[in-house]
Amino acid sequence: MRPHHLRWRSIGLVALGGAAGAAARELLVLLIPAAGGVPVPILVANVLGAFILGYLYEWLTRGRAPEPLNRRLRMLLGTGFCGGFTTYSSLAVGGVLLARDAPWPAVAYLAGTVLVGALATWAGIAAGAAHGARSGAAAAVR
Amino acid sequence: MSLPVFLALAAAGGVGAAARFMVDGVIRARFVTAYPWATTVINVTGSFLLGLLTALVTRSLVSSEWSLVLGTGFLGGYTTFSTASYETVRLVRERRYAAALGSGLGMLAGCVAAAALGYWVGGS
Repeated sequence: MRPHHLRWRSIGLVALGGAAGAAARELLVLLIPAAGGVPVPILVANVLGAFILGYLYEWLTRGRAPEPLNRRLRMLLGTGFCGGFTTYSSLAVGGVLLARDAPWPAVAYLAGTVLVGALATWAGIAAGAAHGARSGAAAAVR
Repeated sequence: MSLPVFLALAAAGGVGAAARFMVDGVIRARFVTAYPWATTVINVTGSFLLGLLTALVTRSLVSSEWSLVLGTGFLGGYTTFSTASYETVRLVRERRYAAALGSGLGMLAGCVAAAALGYWVGGS
Protein backbone atom coordinates (compact mmCIF):
# COMPACT_ATOMS: atom_id res chain seq x y z
CA MET A 1 0.00 0.00 0.00
CA ARG A 2 1.28 3.46 -0.88
CA PRO A 3 2.22 5.79 1.99
CA HIS A 4 -0.34 8.51 2.79
CA HIS A 5 1.72 11.37 1.42
CA LEU A 6 1.60 9.75 -2.04
CA ARG A 7 -2.14 8.96 -2.07
CA TRP A 8 -4.39 11.36 -3.96
CA ARG A 9 -7.24 11.13 -1.44
CA SER A 10 -4.95 12.12 1.44
CA ILE A 11 -3.28 14.88 -0.57
CA GLY A 12 -6.74 16.19 -1.49
CA LEU A 13 -7.86 16.30 2.15
CA VAL A 14 -4.73 18.28 3.12
CA ALA A 15 -5.22 20.66 0.16
CA LEU A 16 -8.87 21.25 1.06
CA GLY A 17 -8.02 22.07 4.68
CA GLY A 18 -5.03 24.16 3.59
CA ALA A 19 -7.16 26.26 1.23
CA ALA A 20 -9.69 26.97 3.99
CA GLY A 21 -6.86 27.79 6.41
CA ALA A 22 -5.15 30.21 4.00
CA ALA A 23 -8.51 31.90 3.27
CA ALA A 24 -9.23 32.27 7.01
CA ARG A 25 -5.76 33.75 7.58
CA GLU A 26 -6.28 36.29 4.79
CA LEU A 27 -9.64 37.25 6.30
CA LEU A 28 -7.82 38.03 9.56
CA VAL A 29 -5.32 40.16 7.59
CA LEU A 30 -8.22 42.07 6.01
CA LEU A 31 -10.02 42.53 9.35
CA ILE A 32 -7.18 43.25 11.80
CA PRO A 33 -4.85 46.17 11.08
CA ALA A 34 -1.10 45.94 11.69
CA ALA A 35 -0.02 48.02 14.70
CA GLY A 36 3.16 50.08 14.38
CA GLY A 37 4.63 47.77 11.76
CA VAL A 38 3.91 44.66 13.83
CA PRO A 39 1.91 42.15 11.76
CA VAL A 40 -0.77 41.55 14.42
CA PRO A 41 -3.07 39.37 12.24
CA ILE A 42 -0.20 36.92 11.55
CA LEU A 43 0.53 36.80 15.28
CA VAL A 44 -3.14 36.07 16.01
CA ALA A 45 -3.33 33.37 13.30
CA ASN A 46 -0.16 31.65 14.53
CA VAL A 47 -1.11 31.64 18.22
CA LEU A 48 -4.72 30.64 17.55
CA GLY A 49 -3.65 27.90 15.11
CA ALA A 50 -1.10 26.58 17.60
CA PHE A 51 -3.85 26.28 20.26
CA ILE A 52 -6.27 24.55 17.87
CA LEU A 53 -3.63 22.04 16.67
CA GLY A 54 -2.63 21.16 20.25
CA TYR A 55 -6.31 20.68 21.17
CA LEU A 56 -7.08 18.62 18.05
CA TYR A 57 -4.09 16.27 18.27
CA GLU A 58 -4.56 15.63 21.99
CA TRP A 59 -8.30 15.01 21.57
CA LEU A 60 -7.65 12.61 18.69
CA THR A 61 -4.78 10.90 20.51
CA ARG A 62 -7.27 9.99 23.24
CA GLY A 63 -9.12 7.88 20.71
CA ARG A 64 -12.14 10.15 20.40
CA ALA A 65 -12.54 9.29 16.72
CA PRO A 66 -12.32 5.77 15.26
CA GLU A 67 -10.04 4.96 12.32
CA PRO A 68 -10.00 5.95 9.50
CA LEU A 69 -11.83 9.11 10.68
CA ASN A 70 -8.99 9.85 13.14
CA ARG A 71 -6.36 9.92 10.40
CA ARG A 72 -8.59 11.88 8.00
CA LEU A 73 -9.35 14.56 10.62
CA ARG A 74 -5.61 14.89 11.30
CA MET A 75 -4.94 15.49 7.59
CA LEU A 76 -7.95 17.78 6.92
CA LEU A 77 -7.93 19.88 10.10
CA GLY A 78 -4.36 19.44 11.43
CA THR A 79 -1.91 19.26 8.51
CA GLY A 80 -4.40 21.03 6.22
CA PHE A 81 -6.36 23.74 8.05
CA CYS A 82 -4.01 24.56 10.96
CA GLY A 83 -0.97 24.22 8.70
CA GLY A 84 -2.47 26.55 6.09
CA PHE A 85 -3.91 28.96 8.67
CA THR A 86 -0.56 29.43 10.42
CA THR A 87 2.56 30.52 8.56
CA TYR A 88 6.27 30.62 9.27
CA SER A 89 7.33 32.46 6.10
CA SER A 90 5.19 35.53 6.87
CA LEU A 91 6.46 35.44 10.46
CA ALA A 92 10.11 35.46 9.32
CA VAL A 93 9.71 38.04 6.54
CA GLY A 94 7.50 40.24 8.75
CA GLY A 95 10.24 40.16 11.38
CA VAL A 96 12.94 41.06 8.82
CA LEU A 97 10.92 44.02 7.46
CA LEU A 98 10.16 45.28 10.97
CA ALA A 99 13.84 44.93 11.98
CA ARG A 100 14.93 47.51 9.36
CA ASP A 101 13.20 50.31 11.29
CA ALA A 102 12.77 48.81 14.75
CA PRO A 103 15.20 45.98 15.61
CA TRP A 104 14.10 45.41 19.22
CA PRO A 105 10.37 45.32 18.54
CA ALA A 106 11.22 42.85 15.74
CA VAL A 107 13.08 40.58 18.17
CA ALA A 108 10.17 40.87 20.63
CA TYR A 109 7.67 40.03 17.86
CA LEU A 110 9.64 36.99 16.66
CA ALA A 111 10.65 35.52 20.03
CA GLY A 112 7.25 36.48 21.50
CA THR A 113 5.39 34.59 18.77
CA VAL A 114 7.46 31.43 19.36
CA LEU A 115 7.07 31.65 23.16
CA VAL A 116 3.36 32.54 23.25
CA GLY A 117 2.76 29.99 20.46
CA ALA A 118 4.36 27.24 22.54
CA LEU A 119 2.24 28.25 25.56
CA ALA A 120 -0.88 28.23 23.34
CA THR A 121 0.01 24.74 22.06
CA TRP A 122 0.46 23.59 25.66
CA ALA A 123 -2.88 25.12 26.69
CA GLY A 124 -4.55 23.47 23.68
CA ILE A 125 -3.11 20.08 24.66
CA ALA A 126 -4.37 20.57 28.24
CA ALA A 127 -7.85 21.57 27.03
CA GLY A 128 -7.95 18.67 24.57
CA ALA A 129 -6.92 16.26 27.34
CA ALA A 130 -9.62 17.57 29.69
CA HIS A 131 -12.32 17.45 27.03
CA GLY A 132 -11.10 14.08 25.73
CA ALA A 133 -11.20 12.60 29.23
CA ARG A 134 -14.71 14.02 29.90
CA SER A 135 -16.25 12.80 26.67
CA GLY A 136 -14.50 9.48 27.25
CA ALA A 137 -16.12 9.21 30.68
CA ALA A 138 -19.51 10.15 29.19
CA ALA A 139 -19.12 7.45 26.55
CA ALA A 140 -18.21 4.92 29.26
CA VAL A 141 -21.37 5.79 31.25
CA ARG A 142 -23.49 5.29 28.15
CA MET B 1 -8.97 42.56 -2.98
CA SER B 2 -11.07 41.13 -5.80
CA LEU B 3 -12.91 37.84 -5.36
CA PRO B 4 -10.91 36.00 -8.08
CA VAL B 5 -7.63 36.95 -6.36
CA PHE B 6 -8.99 35.81 -3.00
CA LEU B 7 -10.11 32.47 -4.46
CA ALA B 8 -6.75 32.02 -6.22
CA LEU B 9 -5.01 32.79 -2.90
CA ALA B 10 -7.06 30.11 -1.14
CA ALA B 11 -6.44 27.55 -3.90
CA ALA B 12 -2.70 28.31 -3.81
CA GLY B 13 -2.81 27.82 -0.02
CA GLY B 14 -4.25 24.36 -0.65
CA VAL B 15 -1.51 23.54 -3.16
CA GLY B 16 1.13 24.80 -0.71
CA ALA B 17 -0.29 22.65 2.12
CA ALA B 18 -0.33 19.61 -0.19
CA ALA B 19 3.29 20.30 -1.19
CA ARG B 20 4.25 20.49 2.52
CA PHE B 21 2.46 17.20 3.20
CA MET B 22 4.39 15.47 0.39
CA VAL B 23 7.82 16.99 1.18
CA ASP B 24 7.27 16.16 4.88
CA GLY B 25 6.39 12.55 4.03
CA VAL B 26 9.37 12.11 1.70
CA ILE B 27 11.86 13.50 4.27
CA ARG B 28 10.35 11.52 7.16
CA ALA B 29 10.51 8.29 5.13
CA ARG B 30 14.28 8.74 4.71
CA PHE B 31 15.41 10.33 7.97
CA VAL B 32 14.02 9.08 11.27
CA THR B 33 15.09 11.64 13.92
CA ALA B 34 13.61 13.11 17.10
CA TYR B 35 14.35 16.64 15.84
CA PRO B 36 11.75 17.77 13.24
CA TRP B 37 14.07 18.16 10.23
CA ALA B 38 11.22 17.95 7.72
CA THR B 39 9.38 20.96 9.21
CA THR B 40 12.68 22.85 9.49
CA VAL B 41 13.56 22.30 5.81
CA ILE B 42 10.04 23.34 4.74
CA ASN B 43 9.96 26.50 6.85
CA VAL B 44 13.51 27.62 6.00
CA THR B 45 13.04 27.17 2.23
CA GLY B 46 9.60 28.83 2.35
CA SER B 47 10.99 31.80 4.32
CA PHE B 48 13.81 32.24 1.78
CA LEU B 49 11.35 32.23 -1.12
CA LEU B 50 8.99 34.72 0.58
CA GLY B 51 11.94 37.04 1.31
CA LEU B 52 12.93 36.84 -2.36
CA LEU B 53 9.34 37.41 -3.54
CA THR B 54 8.88 40.38 -1.18
CA ALA B 55 12.02 42.05 -2.57
CA LEU B 56 10.79 41.50 -6.15
CA VAL B 57 7.43 43.07 -5.25
CA THR B 58 9.25 46.07 -3.71
CA ARG B 59 11.12 46.49 -7.02
CA SER B 60 7.80 46.21 -8.90
CA LEU B 61 9.05 43.13 -10.76
CA VAL B 62 6.10 41.13 -9.36
CA SER B 63 2.56 42.53 -9.01
CA SER B 64 0.79 42.69 -5.66
CA GLU B 65 -1.82 40.22 -6.96
CA TRP B 66 0.84 37.59 -7.67
CA SER B 67 2.39 38.37 -4.31
CA LEU B 68 -0.94 37.58 -2.62
CA VAL B 69 -1.37 34.32 -4.52
CA LEU B 70 2.23 33.04 -4.39
CA GLY B 71 3.35 34.59 -1.08
CA THR B 72 0.29 34.75 1.19
CA GLY B 73 -1.36 31.75 -0.49
CA PHE B 74 1.20 29.20 -1.65
CA LEU B 75 4.13 29.96 0.69
CA GLY B 76 1.76 30.67 3.60
CA GLY B 77 0.18 27.26 3.10
CA TYR B 78 3.53 25.56 2.47
CA THR B 79 5.15 26.81 5.70
CA THR B 80 3.55 26.15 9.06
CA PHE B 81 3.86 27.57 12.55
CA SER B 82 1.39 25.31 14.36
CA THR B 83 3.22 22.06 13.57
CA ALA B 84 6.59 23.63 14.47
CA SER B 85 5.13 24.77 17.81
CA TYR B 86 3.55 21.36 18.45
CA GLU B 87 6.84 19.58 17.78
CA THR B 88 8.70 21.95 20.11
CA VAL B 89 6.22 21.26 22.93
CA ARG B 90 6.41 17.51 22.22
CA LEU B 91 10.23 17.64 22.57
CA VAL B 92 9.93 19.56 25.86
CA ARG B 93 7.48 16.95 27.21
CA GLU B 94 9.91 14.20 26.16
CA ARG B 95 12.63 16.11 28.06
CA ARG B 96 14.71 16.50 24.89
CA TYR B 97 15.55 20.08 25.83
CA ALA B 98 18.40 20.67 23.34
CA ALA B 99 16.24 19.49 20.43
CA ALA B 100 13.32 21.60 21.75
CA LEU B 101 15.55 24.70 21.86
CA GLY B 102 16.68 23.97 18.30
CA SER B 103 13.09 23.43 17.12
CA GLY B 104 11.93 26.64 18.85
CA LEU B 105 14.66 29.29 18.66
CA GLY B 106 16.96 27.50 16.19
CA MET B 107 14.23 27.21 13.57
CA LEU B 108 13.30 30.87 14.18
CA ALA B 109 16.90 32.01 13.65
CA GLY B 110 17.25 29.83 10.55
CA CYS B 111 14.02 31.09 9.00
CA VAL B 112 14.79 34.75 9.74
CA ALA B 113 18.30 34.35 8.27
CA ALA B 114 16.83 32.63 5.18
CA ALA B 115 14.18 35.37 4.79
CA ALA B 116 16.85 38.09 5.08
CA LEU B 117 19.05 36.26 2.56
CA GLY B 118 16.17 35.95 0.10
CA TYR B 119 15.30 39.63 0.53
CA TRP B 120 18.93 40.56 -0.07
CA VAL B 121 19.27 38.31 -3.13
CA GLY B 122 16.10 39.81 -4.63
CA GLY B 123 17.14 43.41 -3.89
CA SER B 124 18.98 45.59 -6.38
